[in-house]
Amino acid sequence: MKGVRWSLWVLAAFAALVGLFALQLSRPKNDTVQSAMIGQAVPPFALDAAVPERPGLATADLADGTPHLLNVFASWCVPCAAEAPQLAALERQGAPIVAVAVRDRPEDLEVFFQRYGNPFSRVGKDDLSRVQFLIGSAGVPETFVVDGKGVIRHQHIGEIRPEDVPDLLRRLEEARG
Amino acid sequence: MIAEFGLASLWLAASLAALQLVAAWLGQREGGETLARVVRPAAVVQALLCGLAFLMLLWVFARTDLSVLLVAENSHSEKPMIFKIAGAWGNHEGSMLLWVSIMALAGGLIALIEHRLPERTMLATLGAQAFVGLGFYAFLLFASNPFARLAVPPAEGNGLNPLLQDIGLAMHPPTLYMGYVGLSIAFSFAVGALLTRNVTPEFAKVMRPWILGAWIFLTLGITAGSYWAYYELGWGGWWFWDPVENASLMPWLAATALLHSASVLASRDALRTWTIMLGVIAFSMSMIGTFLVRSGILTSVHAFAVDPTRGSFILALLAINIGGALALFAVRAGTIAEGERFAPLSREGALVINNVALSAVLGIVLLGTLYPLITEAFGLRVSVGPPYFNPVSAVFVFPMLLVLAVGPLLRWRRDRFVRIKAPVVAIAGAGVAVLLVMWLIAGLALLPLLGVSLAAVVAVAAFLPLRGRSLRRLPLPVWGMAIAHFGVAVALFGMSVDTAFTAEKLTAAGVGDTIAVGPWQVRLSAVEPVAGPNWTALQGRLSASYEGGAEHLLTPQSRTFWAPPQTTSESALLTRWNGQLYTVVGGATEDGRWQLRLWWKPFVTFIWFGGALIALGGLLALIGRVTGDVRRRIATRKIAARHAEVAR
Repeated sequence: MKGVRWSLWVLAAFAALVGLFALQLSRPKNDTVQSAMIGQAVPPFALDAAVPERPGLATADLADGTPHLLNVFASWCVPCAAEAPQLAALERQGAPIVAVAVRDRPEDLEVFFQRYGNPFSRVGKDDLSRVQFLIGSAGVPETFVVDGKGVIRHQHIGEIRPEDVPDLLRRLEEARG
Repeated sequence: MIAEFGLASLWLAASLAALQLVAAWLGQREGGETLARVVRPAAVVQALLCGLAFLMLLWVFARTDLSVLLVAENSHSEKPMIFKIAGAWGNHEGSMLLWVSIMALAGGLIALIEHRLPERTMLATLGAQAFVGLGFYAFLLFASNPFARLAVPPAEGNGLNPLLQDIGLAMHPPTLYMGYVGLSIAFSFAVGALLTRNVTPEFAKVMRPWILGAWIFLTLGITAGSYWAYYELGWGGWWFWDPVENASLMPWLAATALLHSASVLASRDALRTWTIMLGVIAFSMSMIGTFLVRSGILTSVHAFAVDPTRGSFILALLAINIGGALALFAVRAGTIAEGERFAPLSREGALVINNVALSAVLGIVLLGTLYPLITEAFGLRVSVGPPYFNPVSAVFVFPMLLVLAVGPLLRWRRDRFVRIKAPVVAIAGAGVAVLLVMWLIAGLALLPLLGVSLAAVVAVAAFLPLRGRSLRRLPLPVWGMAIAHFGVAVALFGMSVDTAFTAEKLTAAGVGDTIAVGPWQVRLSAVEPVAGPNWTALQGRLSASYEGGAEHLLTPQSRTFWAPPQTTSESALLTRWNGQLYTVVGGATEDGRWQLRLWWKPFVTFIWFGGALIALGGLLALIGRVTGDVRRRIATRKIAARHAEVAR
């Protein structure tokens, strides 16, 4: 009867699995990841500087009374290079932009900034994607609108295309009010 | 009319499956002999009707009949013909019909030719096959009708996802389905054997060609899928531990374990309950994989046809089929007599370790794949990636490969270490030599280092079982084993070397610039627009020279499809015997330069050569088994004929 007992365990595990699947299926599926952190304060973190010429980034820097764009990027990411002109345009139009560099090396970042320009006033170094996950970002590039109290107002997933620039400026303006 | 004809055939096929199930059930009873005689013909006719339905679907796709919803959604009149046809199964409904058709054809085939098992067991097997089939018919007819019409046909179809317009991918789903279906046959045999309490070596021999066939197709499917992801997605990686990839890997792991345990059962009459259990598990992995991909409960880069209602249907099928089989197993497992015993140091012993390790890896992959679901149930959204899968599965894979090296040298039943001492020392020597050389000279990281050394161990060990035997008279299955094991070594070598030595360059280059990557000098000589049948592209012209040698032309493209509008990057690859140069061109930068991604991937092709060798080994074994069966059948028939002559 030994065979019977372990097969009951398998059966129980299978039942648990089916239960898990059923539970997940019965919940309304929400693929819009951004909703999770919208309206929430940025969790506390402090990142070291990723490059010598810019300071690092901490939660306090975001809650300084002015709204910011927070760009999550990496030098190894091609869409991040593609959105560089749009970030530069945003900076020219007065948007304060800070950044989190995910799993990157200072020397690669230097090359990246030389090539595409550096529109960021602060660049934090997130070697373990810890902050990236804290703020609810699933990949690079992503751009957050954070208001003056440090609350996330909007999340833009993927590269910023030229047509997205006015929208981001508008949301930044809204975060001011 | 064609679509209605197809739908009618499908309904008829479903009703024949119902007849097959009822007749198989009632035919087992006393006085049911007449009904029992219906079962085999029902299976054959069901196969013909279902095949017919699938042909009708191919036909409406070939004609781009836009009044059929599925065609309007997935095809386009200006697509090349081959992709019109492939469009028939490049979507949920069509691929389910393909699945059911292959399953019905396989069922019809066993009904037609398989006479070695007791008829009771065969009836139960065909009944189980009909039961599984009925679930899928219901799924098709009630929740995913491929032949649904549109009241007002659109002027033009929606097109097929451009990523899927690729010949490799057109063949990918059918290949995997052959594998899944083969496992469903193994499942039916296992259930049939359990129901009639008839777990014998003969049963394993009958089941084995189906497992082998399934396993060959799964191996090819995974290998081809990996190559497709490698060159089509333009990310330069060959395995991402994506849920969809895991969904195809898990049945393969289970099938590999099943293949080996069925061998033990066939040759030695041991591991009876375990083989039955694996038969159930292997098919359940196919179904869980299908469920994960189709229900959309896991987010994947290449999920398609995601729909929760369909998910519930597949989940119900999964619960009924697998839950039922497991419950049956729990009730019956105790009544299956224990098989032959064996010593720990024996061929069986090694195969048991292989089975345990494969099952452990299967568990790890399953857990990693489901991890996001488990954490999400507690309100977190986390997924695990290569940092989990690579080391944790390596913990089991590496010892398993050591056993793979030694196991085939052992004798069945009982062996002594002294007998195999010489070859083991030779194998170990090869491994340690490679380990030291790679460590001292190349300074590899731990996993690639162990990988390369084990590849050497397995490569040497793969051919040791052939030592001292006449190569001309060696049975094909033994050749198959050696070649498949050698394929494992080749693939492992490719994976480890690629991981350790890949050179990558991500840069923006102006026309005329030269970039160095690994031993290559790559010059961007021009960027020009080109047009295809349903796309336009920017094409980079790259001249690449290896260590200052002759220049080769590469033309990667950044393609824009217009139906539906979507951009893809077509990588350009240059293959040498010792690796591949992989180039991708992206968009323009603001200052008029072009984004280029270049990789030099040493020996990366060995991964897929290895996969192909593994499948080839399986094929040799399958040919060996099938020709052996046929020869035996002819011989029995001759003897019977001679007996008849003598009697006259």
